[in-house]
Amino acid sequence: MPPIISRGFSGRRRDDAPPDRVPPGQYVTNDFPVLSAGPTPHTPLDQWDFTIVGEVDELHCWTWDEFHALPSETFTVDIHCVTKWSKLDTEWEGVSVDTLLEGTETSAEYVTAFCDGGYTTNVPLEDLTDGKAWVAFGYDGEPLDPEHGGPARLLVPHLYFWKSAKWVRGLRLTATDEPGFWEQNGYHLYGDPWREQRYWGD
Amino acid sequence: MAGAAVLGRLTWLVAEVVDIVPETPRVKTIAFDVPEWRGHLPGQHVDVRLTAEDGYQAQRSYSIASAPDSTRVELTIERIGDGEVSPYLTDELRAGDQIELRGPVGGYFVWEPSRGGPLLLVAGGSGVVPLMAMVRHRAATGSDVDMRLLFSSRGWDDVIYRDELARLAGDSLAVVHTLTRSQPDGWTGYERRVDAEMLAEVGPSPAAGPHVYVCGPTPFVKTGAEALVGLGHDPQRIRTERFGPTGG
Amino acid sequence: MDALMLDGNAVAGLLQEVFAAEMTTAIGTCSGCGATDAVGAVHVFRGAGIVLRCPHCDNALMRIVSGNSRVWIDCRGLRALEVAL
Repeated sequence: MPPIISRGFSGRRRDDAPPDRVPPGQYVTNDFPVLSAGPTPHTPLDQWDFTIVGEVDELHCWTWDEFHALPSETFTVDIHCVTKWSKLDTEWEGVSVDTLLEGTETSAEYVTAFCDGGYTTNVPLEDLTDGKAWVAFGYDGEPLDPEHGGPARLLVPHLYFWKSAKWVRGLRLTATDEPGFWEQNGYHLYGDPWREQRYWGD
Repeated sequence: MAGAAVLGRLTWLVAEVVDIVPETPRVKTIAFDVPEWRGHLPGQHVDVRLTAEDGYQAQRSYSIASAPDSTRVELTIERIGDGEVSPYLTDELRAGDQIELRGPVGGYFVWEPSRGGPLLLVAGGSGVVPLMAMVRHRAATGSDVDMRLLFSSRGWDDVIYRDELARLAGDSLAVVHTLTRSQPDGWTGYERRVDAEMLAEVGPSPAAGPHVYVCGPTPFVKTGAEALVGLGHDPQRIRTERFGPTGG
Repeated sequence: MDALMLDGNAVAGLLQEVFAAEMTTAIGTCSGCGATDAVGAVHVFRGAGIVLRCPHCDNALMRIVSGNSRVWIDCRGLRALEVAL
């Protein structure tokens, strides 16, 4: 039975977004919904570090101060959540993953991002390089709020937003694609919103 | 184990608005007729689904306010200013409109007279809704179980079901208010957030082994539940229903 | 502490849709710490999917992803689930 339409209900969506910026099945919002797989971690900055590990010639590790000393950039991107909301023109500040991987030698083709609280997500290495991804520490001109992943989160805007792992603490380079927290249980291994790759088999 | 009302495969049911009653400036009770309703237990809730013409859907859960009563289901909804669903339900719905709901669901946060007492109900704002179903059911069945409701609201005009609670209060139903932001002239009651001291003064002692139900915004429930355990109440006898950051 | 967190009772409808039975009164044993709790009393987080976590050790008891008329459930965080018939 098709769902009953509720007279006059439209939700709170923007209906003026250019269609070529809205992937199939998405609705544009002005809000920034907070979704989380677990409690918000609160790692003190003097205990925070970011590491590149795995199939690499050598480990790379930055403390918070060292991480902040890296060249960073401000950038504006659209983000698309698998739960169907999209938010356009979001402004972030962060360190490009290219910068973090500079000088790293690897034969690995995949990456697992790992986070405080145990969350993981997997992304092909080539989807994190050439300006496609950042470790972001600022949103909308302010330090990134803990509920949105602060002090730092991965940002991979061309894939569904569950890949933009909150509270990220490092990247593990791997030879094979290793399904992360959600990819192990129904969400698509790759997650391209433009091909509507939400679930296994899509 | 709860009865037939909590079993069975769920489907989305059509619910038609039959009555809309303002409770406070921000809160309304909407009464629905649900022809396929099979009854419910006090404390249960429904999932509400709204579908827009272009297929967009939103879903929320709301506690059932009414005591079990054939096919009539009442939901009491607080209008959250920047919410997506509650402003539609409280501002837009008219008699005759239809929504979909699924339920009743939730066998855990439930009280029936057969469970006995004494009872301590701790409500934060719209968290009173499922507890009111318990209060109403107790009254409707003529139960004289010792029931105490500690109800936190911002001000006197924000007290949901204020007059009905005053009418129902009696020998074995105690209603105690705390008004946290503003109080009417001559107010002699509590004026602060619920804390251990207040719970100790209002509630049955832990030795009496009361069933405790705490409902409201998540921070309210956390504080209340921790205070109750700190007073010595058995954690197994404390049931909580968190409504999220802003309430139901 | 998370203002967004809910109790297991909040996903009663989803669980009943999946298991065709009332699940909030089922008792789960955490595979992380061994604690037992009614499903209605565990902690619920809403991310891309739903996560039920042990209130004692935060172990993910269940992960639920709903999409396109099917649901994926990962229960490896539950050592056992006791359901009254």
